[in-house]
Amino acid sequence: MSELSVEHLLGIKYLKPNDIDVIFKTADHFKEVINRPIKKVPSLRDITIANLFFENSTRTKLSFELAEKRLSADVINFSAAQSSVKKGETLIDTVNNILAMKVDIVVMRHSNVGAGVFLSKHVNAKIINAGDGTHEHPTQALLDSYSIREKLGSVKGKKIVIIGDILHSRVALSNIFALQLQGAEVKVCGPTTLIPKHISSLGVTVETNLKKALEWCDVANVLRVQNERMDVKYFPSTREYTQLFGINKEILDNLGKKIVIMHPGPINRGVEITSEVADSHDSIILNQVENGVAVRMAVIYLLAQQIKR
Amino acid sequence: MSKKTLLNSKDIEIILHRLACQLIENHNDFSDTVLIGLQPRGTFLANRLAKLLTTSYGIKNLQLGLLDITFYRDDFRRKDTPLAAETTQMNFLIENKKVVIIDDVLFSGRSIRAALTAIQSYGRPENIELLVLIDRRFSRHLPIQPNYRGRQVDAINEEKVLVTWNETHKKDAVYIESL
Repeated sequence: MSELSVEHLLGIKYLKPNDIDVIFKTADHFKEVINRPIKKVPSLRDITIANLFFENSTRTKLSFELAEKRLSADVINFSAAQSSVKKGETLIDTVNNILAMKVDIVVMRHSNVGAGVFLSKHVNAKIINAGDGTHEHPTQALLDSYSIREKLGSVKGKKIVIIGDILHSRVALSNIFALQLQGAEVKVCGPTTLIPKHISSLGVTVETNLKKALEWCDVANVLRVQNERMDVKYFPSTREYTQLFGINKEILDNLGKKIVIMHPGPINRGVEITSEVADSHDSIILNQVENGVAVRMAVIYLLAQQIKR
Repeated sequence: MSKKTLLNSKDIEIILHRLACQLIENHNDFSDTVLIGLQPRGTFLANRLAKLLTTSYGIKNLQLGLLDITFYRDDFRRKDTPLAAETTQMNFLIENKKVVIIDDVLFSGRSIRAALTAIQSYGRPENIELLVLIDRRFSRHLPIQPNYRGRQVDAINEEKVLVTWNETHKKDAVYIESL
């Protein structure tokens, strides 16, 4: 099977293992394309894509835009800060106005959980969720798994620990779904206050001791502390957080084994991870960024194949 | 459905030698030339020709690439089943090179049109030639003709030209199938 079982990419929880295989195989081809001297294919020259970012983003927005342009799609960008949303326009009205401009695919980031699902029920376009609140960020999880597969050969059977602010992280939730779907073992590690109460119902184990978590894992996916989502104090001080959950070279050297270091960015250097670790040979952070374009090209290409004229 | 043999393995071997000699006439030692087999089926012919040129005719350092044209096709989203891409292996640039595109059957010319676009992603070649094993005349949708052809065939559109290779079907042969 070389087609997706879903009509939109709203979250990893809607995907089947075969969907991930199809996306990764297609991404392999696009990775070859983006390493050519001319990094562009004409596949989507009759497709128009709207990037609707109701919440701030740098790398995801750039990555999507680059992926779309490398597929030769027409791209329009929208950011809420400079839009009529500020004047009180509803989400449906905003999107319908954009769709009236004959848009085929909508890539949307929104601060509200389920915004993508809501949109997919009300508008006639393919929807790609680029992050909905603290819920899901499916393309980030796909590119993370793709990067693990590239580095270690397979995701199946690998032990992966997600470290940091699990409570506010859509990356964590999508990663848990994606990694388990591919047969990996997942653990989360962070301050008790930043770990959701019912996380074990997702089949993951919790570890509050960073050293033990690192000794157990093959891959450490380090998350950013999302201060902007914290309405109350979740830990006494940044200094204390860094002492207990920050990854530095000394901790890694004492492990007696090599582990792969990942981070979805943006990095708070010196807080959740030191520069020495982030820029080391064990880190695949920049590979994640490169793979992000290939994986997003694959997702867009596969969804666009379902659009019939 | 009837199936008629157009070329047997002996015929194909003779044709491959002829095509190799014609290539040598125009490209000498192949120092400025690259061969590019089109995925999926043109790669068998390209591999065969490359092997023949290397082993039987002593061509050294022959550059052979395998090019997938899926993302460049004009029937994207017009097929019932999605197009799945094949692997591209082009470990060289074609800037100022003489390029020979190799495919098994030339029919409508649309695959070659896609290949001409795809090749631009690897630089600006000095010129591009086309080599095919079977040239189906009178079926072209585009003004594309081969520079080297193994056999010219006048088949009606309801007939299908099927090429089998030792590597995949345990037999080198070309058939015409009436549907």
